[in-house]
Amino acid sequence: MTKRFALGIFEDEDVLLHAVENVREAGVKIYEVFTPFPIHGMDDALGIERSRLPIAAFFYGVIGLSFALWLQIYTLGFDWPMIIGGKPHIALPAFIPVAFELTVFFCCHGMVITFYTISKLYPRWKTPVLDVRSTDDKFVVAIELNEKTDLNHLTQLLRANGATEVNEKEMTKF
Amino acid sequence: MATLTHHEGVTAEYLEVSSGTRKKFIMIILAGVLLLVVGLIVAYLGIGEAHHEGAAAAHGATAGHEGTGHHGSPTWLKRLIVSLWHNNVYFTGVSVIGTVFMAIQYVAYAGWSVLIKRVYEALSAWVIPGGILLVVIFLLGLINHDIFHWTMPGIMDKASPNYDRLIAGKSGFLNLGFYLGRMVVFIAIWAYFTKRLRDLSLAEDLNGGTEYFHKCINVSALFLVLYAVSSSISAWDWVMSIDTHWFSTMFGWYVFASWWVSGIAAITLCTILLKQAGYLRWVTAGHLHDLGKYMFGFSIFWTYVWFSQFMLIWYANLPEESVYFNQRLGGFNGQYTWLFFFNLLINFVFPFLVLMTRDAKRQMIMLKIVTIAILIGHWFDFYLMIMPATMQENNGFIIEFGVALVFLGSFLLLMTKRLAQASLVPLHHPFLDESVHHTT
Repeated sequence: MTKRFALGIFEDEDVLLHAVENVREAGVKIYEVFTPFPIHGMDDALGIERSRLPIAAFFYGVIGLSFALWLQIYTLGFDWPMIIGGKPHIALPAFIPVAFELTVFFCCHGMVITFYTISKLYPRWKTPVLDVRSTDDKFVVAIELNEKTDLNHLTQLLRANGATEVNEKEMTKF
Repeated sequence: MATLTHHEGVTAEYLEVSSGTRKKFIMIILAGVLLLVVGLIVAYLGIGEAHHEGAAAAHGATAGHEGTGHHGSPTWLKRLIVSLWHNNVYFTGVSVIGTVFMAIQYVAYAGWSVLIKRVYEALSAWVIPGGILLVVIFLLGLINHDIFHWTMPGIMDKASPNYDRLIAGKSGFLNLGFYLGRMVVFIAIWAYFTKRLRDLSLAEDLNGGTEYFHKCINVSALFLVLYAVSSSISAWDWVMSIDTHWFSTMFGWYVFASWWVSGIAAITLCTILLKQAGYLRWVTAGHLHDLGKYMFGFSIFWTYVWFSQFMLIWYANLPEESVYFNQRLGGFNGQYTWLFFFNLLINFVFPFLVLMTRDAKRQMIMLKIVTIAILIGHWFDFYLMIMPATMQENNGFIIEFGVALVFLGSFLLLMTKRLAQASLVPLHHPFLDESVHHTT
């Protein structure tokens, strides 16, 4: 699928942040902002909803904890009971370190895999770059264009808010 | 929404402590005194002492507990002295955290916390009175050797019937001169740096400029080094040496963690109360969020240290070490067992589950509930450290709560007095702007 974008190029992060606020206030929908580094307050300015990743993390943690306890209780308590240090077969305090580690392990790996999947960052995926300078020292605001968009008006709006250039670009694979 | 767009001038704010508020604090003290008197009468008349015969029998079973033989003070007086010590160690320790927290913020070049700087400055108002009381109560405890068994006369003297070989072995460290010397030096260090940082902060308010900030960083760095050593040693001295025979290498950290998380809870609670009273206008949910994260994290840290100590002792099961948990888990007729589990529940499970979500850390009501729970929980944590070795099966709560209320009232009187002495916003702090625009 081919999409057309107007790209506003900015030089400064503060200018960019204000521009994003103003452009959205003017009723223009921003497709995405590309920056060389994370900018504080950008999520709020773009009106992005909070990620639900922490909720997933909680459940990964619970799964890890349950798995760790099951593993230890089953193996040491039922499958192959051994007396270690005169403690009972199911000695909970001794299980806590392993339970803790596996909780963290499941939580981290689950989160990373989930995040990569929803961000489409799996191997062999080529991320389309709208303007390569956004990986260097420029800040790029991408606005999707359709037949009804008034490009002149948009260019003026971006320029009035501090954009140094406004380009048009077509992208397949979006 | 992005705060960068909206600039607003920050102006000085002054807290006014109304006579009504002060009356409330005095009421807390009076309620404490009342409770104390009731408790003393109850203890004096020996109400509820019927179970003591059984307790004494169970006593013998808990191996290695110390000092059954001596003990001059009658129970009511001993309970009073021990609970004075317990409360003072708790309140003084929490108070110093104000200065420690400030020092850490300086050394880390932290900007977010500047708006609540006066709150933790005021928290350490109790250091000097607390330090003096510490010496006084220690000397009170010497009269009948109520708190520290190792202060018994002749306990380190081979010829004496009181001789205890193990305690005599520790005489190089646990002797009156060195002990009192350490206590005075530590208190002096804490009080000096508290005053120094406070003075610099007030001078900065008057004169402005960044020179005070840089000076504060140097002072803070030095203080943190000294505090790291002194807090650890004071934990051995003031708390661990009550169980003279016992020792734990985790103990310094354990006590520090308890003080530290309670101190942060106190800072948070005070910030919220001020905010709800209409002060600290520039403090936002972002600042509370950070304080909430601190409390959440350090509640886990406390548990980590607690568990590290417990698990090693439980696993090794050496008699001289496990006696400590024997006394607390089922010892003395199981008097302390519920407290042992309550301690974990209120100081770990509760803050951990309640503060887990982002929203909870940003809501004043949630934070308020958790801070109060943590403050009460760690009071009980210290109770559990101090009571079993001193009061054994004769512990109680009425006198202890009474003393705690007296301390709380006086603590609040001093703290609010110091809060009212300067602007609640440190106007000339170089990072003030960063703090005003803090978002999380």
